[in-house]
Amino acid sequence: MLSVRIHGRGGQGVVSAAEMLSVAAFLEGKHAQAVPSFGSERMGAPVVAFCRIDDKPIRLREPVLAPDALIVQDPTLFHAIDVLGGLAPLGFLLVNTGRNIADLGIEKAVEHLPKKHVCTVPATEIAMKYVKRPVPNAVLLGALCAETGVIGIESVVKAIEAKFPGRLGQANIIAAKAAYELAARA
Amino acid sequence: MLKQIEGSRGVAEAVAMCRPEVVCAYPITPQTHIVEDLGAMVRAGELKDCEFINVESEFAALSVAIGSCAAGARSYTATASQGLLFMAEAVYNASGLGLPIVMTVGNRAIGAPINIWNDQSDSMSMRDAGWIQLYAETNQQAVDLHIQAFRIAETLSLPVMVCMDGFILTHAYERIDVPAQDQVDRFLPPFEPRQVLDPADPITLGAMVGPEAFTEVRYLAHHKQMQALDLIPRVAAEFTEIFGRTSGGLVCPYRNNDAETVIVTLGSVMGTIEEVVDAMRDDGHSVGVVALRSFRPFPHTALRMEMKNAKRVVVLEKSLAVGMGGIVSNNVHMTLHGSSLPIYSVIAGLGGRPITRSSLHSLFLRAMDDDLEETEFLDLKTDIVERELEREKKLTRPGSIAENILRDLGVVDAAKTA
Repeated sequence: MLSVRIHGRGGQGVVSAAEMLSVAAFLEGKHAQAVPSFGSERMGAPVVAFCRIDDKPIRLREPVLAPDALIVQDPTLFHAIDVLGGLAPLGFLLVNTGRNIADLGIEKAVEHLPKKHVCTVPATEIAMKYVKRPVPNAVLLGALCAETGVIGIESVVKAIEAKFPGRLGQANIIAAKAAYELAARA
Repeated sequence: MLKQIEGSRGVAEAVAMCRPEVVCAYPITPQTHIVEDLGAMVRAGELKDCEFINVESEFAALSVAIGSCAAGARSYTATASQGLLFMAEAVYNASGLGLPIVMTVGNRAIGAPINIWNDQSDSMSMRDAGWIQLYAETNQQAVDLHIQAFRIAETLSLPVMVCMDGFILTHAYERIDVPAQDQVDRFLPPFEPRQVLDPADPITLGAMVGPEAFTEVRYLAHHKQMQALDLIPRVAAEFTEIFGRTSGGLVCPYRNNDAETVIVTLGSVMGTIEEVVDAMRDDGHSVGVVALRSFRPFPHTALRMEMKNAKRVVVLEKSLAVGMGGIVSNNVHMTLHGSSLPIYSVIAGLGGRPITRSSLHSLFLRAMDDDLEETEFLDLKTDIVERELEREKKLTRPGSIAENILRDLGVVDAAKTA
């Protein structure tokens, strides 16, 4: 089983990201479960969502406590809550930032992770460029495909299309592919 | 057809295929997505011959359903938490009048303190209101139970409440095998009401009944629920024939054949417990679990059959009868009346507290040593409780418990800075 935890803030599409990831896995014939961890929903408040992917039916309903992959949609969260808590020793970290890990002040906390398992992508900038909105969720899913290889970019593209039909979806797909290329080169 | 969809969406699609003629809707978290989706289907013309009625409260939602059902229309609504409490009087009326309404409860805690998260206090508060109560462990089960619910309700002319854990199921995206319309049509014939309010052939419903007959009316209500104990497994068997999968029924055991420690639970925590049971079986422990699918009627006989090898019973539930203990475990005590089996009551997951594998694992290990209190609170923060009790001892005006505890936990300050 692969467990993914997504951190962000209300309005960034954290819950939709987990949903789309689960749909992408489903399209590849896998079992997937996406669940939000709800607080009182409001713009800007910290939000967490989970996604589990497996070859067999998923029975577990506890929150993802030890993620294999962690997506951080807003790096300011590193200073607000324990974002990295429980991250598996060989886990993946994907952060939405134009800065590097050292600048974020988490270099020490992630030094045990394999180099290729730590990835930064300026997803909000990419979203602004192609989607004209500061919503980094779909963009980061593109990068996750390249970083982890667990889901194909084509499945993510289909999942984005299903969630956002029309022009909004197409713009997000171009942005997700751009992030995929960027992460693949890193 | 396999789909990766939200639980609420799955339930809405299942309800739509049952061809309801009236859907009454009033929003309350975490149930709202279900009626929203149904509303969209009516508007788009996908759900035909159905009136979607926006009402001004939960009390109105069920009252309208009572009216429409009495007029012979297949009627559906959904609610949760305080919404269910607000319609309480109508809940009793629906069953007292014998109206086969189907209602989803997206299980959520009851305030105060206000809490939007999951536990089962809401549906448990209406356990004796005369409705049949079914509990889903998964979203597939929730979909299937709704289809069976209409069949059960209309066969007995009794309302059915389908309970599914809020957020954990209602908001979870997972794989659901959504049935085809022709399968549902084969399984669920058109609604043939036993009593109809019809201006062309006027009758009255809801007569006043005095001491001369009230006991008999109540006895018959009880009798009908006892009939449901036979009907529910029959409906489940027919469901399997048409849909090709096992669903519904009174109880659902897992690796419980020879189990010495039997866990009894209901709802979505079943899956997590199954994981723990597998791990403990691998270690050679004799543990099994039984989920109650039907809570009303209570399946005493079916549950007793699961206790063949039991040396102890652990009832794990998301509800609490304050001043008494576990609600479900109290029922299980009646099942095992006359036996000397220790029955432990574990209150877990209140107000959305996650129920984790590690907590369950250590709980069950302690149970095997008979090292549990009669009533346990899983993962209770005893230090926080002690501090508050200390405060109440010392101060004449200690303040509100909820606010005090949030301050102790730092939640209030954290909310300011996050």
